[in-house]
Amino acid sequence: AAGVGQQWVLVEMVQAFYEAPAYHLILEGILILWIIRLLFSKTYKLQERSDLTLKEKEELIEEWQPEPLVPPVPKDHPALNYNIVSGPPTHIITVNGKECINFASFNFLGLLNNEKVKSAAQASLKKYGVGTCGPRGFYGTFDVHLELEERLAKFMRTEEAIIYSYGFATIASAIPAYSKRGDIVFVDEAACFAIQKGLQASRSNIKLFKHNDMADLERLLKEQETEDQKNPRKARVTRRFIVVEGLYMNTGDICPLPELIKLKYKYKVRIFLEESLSFGVLGEHGRGITEHFGINIDDIDLISANMEHSLASIGGFCCGRSFIIDHQRLSGQGYCFSASLPPLLAAAAIEALNIMEDNPDIFQTLRAKCERIHKALQGISGLQVVGESFSPALHLQLEESCGSRENDVKLLKRVVDYCMNSGIALTQARYLEKEEKCLPPPSIRVVITVEQTEQELDRAASLLKEAAQSVLN
Amino acid sequence: INHIVHNGGLYKRPFNEAFEETPMLVAVLTYVGYGVLTLFGYLRDFMRQWKIEKCQNATEREEQKDFVPLYQDFENFYNRNLYMRIRDSWNRPICSVPGAKVDMMERVSHDYNWTFTYTGRVIKDIINMGSYNYLGFAQNAGACQEAAAKVLSQYGAGVCSTRQEMGNLDKHEELEKLVARFLGVESAMAYGMGFATNSMNIPALVGKGCLILSDELNHASLVLGARLSGATIRIFKHNNMQSLEKLLKDAIVHGQPRTRRPWKKILILVEGIYSMEGSIVRLPEVIALKKKYKSYLYLDEAHSIGALGPSGRGVVEYFGLSPEDVDVMMGTFTKSFGAAGGYIGGKKELIDYLRTYSHSAAYATSMSPPVVEQIITSVKCIMGEDGTTVGEARVQQLAENTRYFRRRLKEMGFIIYGNEDSPVVPLMLYMPAKIGAFGREMLKRNIGVVVVGFPATPIIESRARFCLSAAHTKEMLDTALKEINEVGDLLQLKYSRRRLVPLLDRPFDETTYEETED
Repeated sequence: AAGVGQQWVLVEMVQAFYEAPAYHLILEGILILWIIRLLFSKTYKLQERSDLTLKEKEELIEEWQPEPLVPPVPKDHPALNYNIVSGPPTHIITVNGKECINFASFNFLGLLNNEKVKSAAQASLKKYGVGTCGPRGFYGTFDVHLELEERLAKFMRTEEAIIYSYGFATIASAIPAYSKRGDIVFVDEAACFAIQKGLQASRSNIKLFKHNDMADLERLLKEQETEDQKNPRKARVTRRFIVVEGLYMNTGDICPLPELIKLKYKYKVRIFLEESLSFGVLGEHGRGITEHFGINIDDIDLISANMEHSLASIGGFCCGRSFIIDHQRLSGQGYCFSASLPPLLAAAAIEALNIMEDNPDIFQTLRAKCERIHKALQGISGLQVVGESFSPALHLQLEESCGSRENDVKLLKRVVDYCMNSGIALTQARYLEKEEKCLPPPSIRVVITVEQTEQELDRAASLLKEAAQSVLN
Repeated sequence: INHIVHNGGLYKRPFNEAFEETPMLVAVLTYVGYGVLTLFGYLRDFMRQWKIEKCQNATEREEQKDFVPLYQDFENFYNRNLYMRIRDSWNRPICSVPGAKVDMMERVSHDYNWTFTYTGRVIKDIINMGSYNYLGFAQNAGACQEAAAKVLSQYGAGVCSTRQEMGNLDKHEELEKLVARFLGVESAMAYGMGFATNSMNIPALVGKGCLILSDELNHASLVLGARLSGATIRIFKHNNMQSLEKLLKDAIVHGQPRTRRPWKKILILVEGIYSMEGSIVRLPEVIALKKKYKSYLYLDEAHSIGALGPSGRGVVEYFGLSPEDVDVMMGTFTKSFGAAGGYIGGKKELIDYLRTYSHSAAYATSMSPPVVEQIITSVKCIMGEDGTTVGEARVQQLAENTRYFRRRLKEMGFIIYGNEDSPVVPLMLYMPAKIGAFGREMLKRNIGVVVVGFPATPIIESRARFCLSAAHTKEMLDTALKEINEVGDLLQLKYSRRRLVPLLDRPFDETTYEETED
C-alpha cells in the first residue's frame, strides 16, 4: 500500500510540472544553473594577497630592518647599579661593604633573623629538600602547604585560604580569576603595580577614582547606576568590584574601609582588599585593617596579602569564604600553572605565624615606634613625610620639585648616599616610570621595624635632617 | 619509521618525532562518552535545582544574594559534573621529598569527591612518575641540601625587598654569573618564579607595534606575557616550519594590519620541550628562519634545561648549535635543579635592559637565599665543578631511562606521543572514564602518575603523562612498566596500530590565527 501511495505522489508531481506556467520553470532553471556555477567557481581571494609579485615581496623582505631587540641603557641609569648586600638583610646590614642599620627592608616584625623560624625551616629542609618539583595539581601539594592554608584561614578567621608561591603573582592572578571582559572594576589611583597588572590581564573596564576620595567613588558608582538603568539586561550579568589596599605602598595611608562597606551594600559591588602592608601590622592581633576598624571579615569578599613583609618568607595568600576562594584552585593562573611554594618557606611562614599569635604585643610596639619616628621626621626643611603616623612604610618626598623627575631622583640619591655613608641604610622607592598608570613622585622609602631601638630611630631622624640640610640647601 | 630531516644538513642527528593518529572507533566512543556524561550532568543539575538532590556546592552569602552572581552557571558545568567525578586524581598530598619514591597521605571521600578526609595513614614508597625531577636533585640529603642548610642558617629564609631596592644579595650576583657560564651566554638574570619570568619580561621586551609569533601549544605563562605586552599575536601550527615561514613572510611584506606600517620587531616564542606533547622544537630550522627574516627568538627551556644535551645544557646543545643564535634564553630552576625560580640569559645589553626595566626587578621580592644556594650547588654538580662526575652520570642515566622507557611502551602497543629523546612521555587514554580509572588503578599498584584531560588538552586527547628522572633505577622502571602493562590490558589502552605518521606529511592548511589587543 505504501508503494502505491508513493507512486501516486510521483504522478502528482509530474502532473504539477506539466501544469506550471512557463516563467516559473524558466526562473527555476536559471536558479539551478546559478547554483551549479557557484559550486564550481574558485573561492574568492582577498584583494591584498595577489597585488605584489614574488620579486617585489623578496625586495620588501630584504629591505626591512627591525629595531634592535633592546635599546641601550646608559651606564649611570639609577636603576641599573644595584646595591650589593653581603650577608643577610637583617637589622644590621652590610651594603656595598659598609655596615649600616637597615631602614630599607620590609622586615616589620624582625622575623627574618629569628632563630625559631630558621630552625623550623631547617627541619623542613631536612625532610623535604628544597624544591617541590611540580604544580599543586601534580604531586606538588605537601602537607606543609595544607597546614599553612589552614593556619592562615584560622588566623584571619575566614573559611579558607589559598597560597601562591610568589607575592606579586597573588593579586595579579586573583583579580583575573573573577573579573572578566565586560566586568567593571573601580580601583584607587594609588594602587600598586601588581594590582595594575592583574587588572590588565583581566581585560575588564577599569575606572580609577581619586586616592581615598569616597565622594569621587560615589560619583562613579552613581554614573554606573544610571548606565545600568538604560540597559538592565546587561547590568544583570556585569559583575562589579572595588579593589583597594589596606595600607597603600605608594602613599603610606589607609583606605576608609567603613565607608567602603556602606557603598558596597548600597551599590551592590564586591570588595577585594589587598593587605600586603597591613597584614601583621594593623589591628590588635595583627589581622589587618578589618581588625583595625572592627569590621566583620565576611563583609570583605577577598583579602589578598603577601607573606614577604611581616611574615618574612616568600609567597602570598588569599583568604575569604570557600565560595570565593575555591574558584581560584582551578582558575588562578599563578596557582595552577606554577610550581608550588618550597616547603621550607611554608614552614618558615607557619613558625612566623606562631610567633605572631604568641606575642600580640609586638604590634603595639611597632606602632609606637612608627609614631615616634613620624613625629621626629616632621619639620625637616626640604623634605615632607608622606604616610600615616602608624604606618611602618613611609615616604619622604621633596617639598619642592627642582624641575624634572631626573633631577629630583639625583638629588634624593645624594641624600640617600649621605645617610648610607653615616651608617643608615635607606633606599629610594623604585618605579617603572613608563609603565605605571599614576606615577608617584620620587621619594625615599623609610621602613620601621620592631628591632630598631629608640636611639637608632632618633639617630636616623637627626641624620636625615643633617643630610637634607647639607644637600638641599 | 625513522624520520631524518635533511634541510641542507641542518640536523646533525636523526629527529624522531611521531604523533599517531587517533583510531576512528576510539574517537567515536570518546565523543559518545562525553555525550553521556553531559546528559547525566544536565539531569543532575535539574535534580539539584528542584531540590531532589542535595546541592553540595558552596553558596553565596545571604546578605549578598541580590548581587550580580559571581560565576555563570554554565562556566561551572564542566567543574560540577565532569571534573568532580575524577577529582581525586589531582592535588594528591604528599609528605616526603618528591624524589623517585614518594609517600602520599591517604585520603578518602564519602560523598563522591565533594569533600575529602584524611585517614591519617601514609602510603609509603609510591614510585613517582609525576614530579618534574629530571636529574634527581630533589633530595633531602647530600651536598646540595647541606649547602642550602648552611646558607639558611646564615641568611634566613626571606629577603623582604626587591632587587632594585635592598634585595640584591651577593648570592644573587654569584648565581647569575654561574648561570651565564653554564649556558654559554654573556650574562644572565634570575627571578623568583618561572611563571612570572615570562609574564613580566615579555612585556618589557615588546610592546605595541611589535609582532609576536607564538606556537599553538605554548604554556599559559608565555600566552599571558604576550597578551600583557600589547603586541599583535599570531599563532603558528605546533612545530610546523612552513606555517611559521608563511607568517613571517606575510608579516614583513604586508606590515601592520590596516596602517601597513612596518613592524618594529618580530619575536618568535617557542619552548624547548612541550610538556603536554613531549615534542622538541625544531630549533635548527627555527634559527635558520629567524636569521633569514631578521626576527628575534625567545626560547623557553622550562623542561629541556638539564634534561637534553650530552652535558645537560639544554636543547641548544642537543642540536649542536651555538647559544649566540638564540636572542633570549629563558628557563626555570624548578624542574632539573630541584629548586624554584626562573632565569633569562643573553647578551649583556639585553640583561642590562632587563635589570632596569623588568617588572620583577622593580616590584617583586628577590629569590630566597637557600633556594639560590641549591641552584648554585646543583649547577656546579651538573657542570662537574664540584669535583665529582655525579652530574654527568645523571644526565647519561636520564637519557638511557628515556630511551628504554619509550621503547618498551611502544613495544607494548600504547600510543605514545612526542620525540624519542624527550623525558616527558604522554600515553594516550582518550576516553573520559579511563582518565580516572588509570590514575586510580596505578595508585592501587603503588605507582603515582599524572593524568590530564580537558582543558589542558584537546577534548578527545586525554592522556597520562610520565616524567622520567635520573633517580629512577632500572628496577623501578621495570616495575612501573609491568604495572602499566597490566593496567593497559585491564583498561584496553593498547590502541597502537603501529602506523606512525611522519610529521611533515600532515596536511598543511592555509588558515592563520591572529589575536590582537583591543
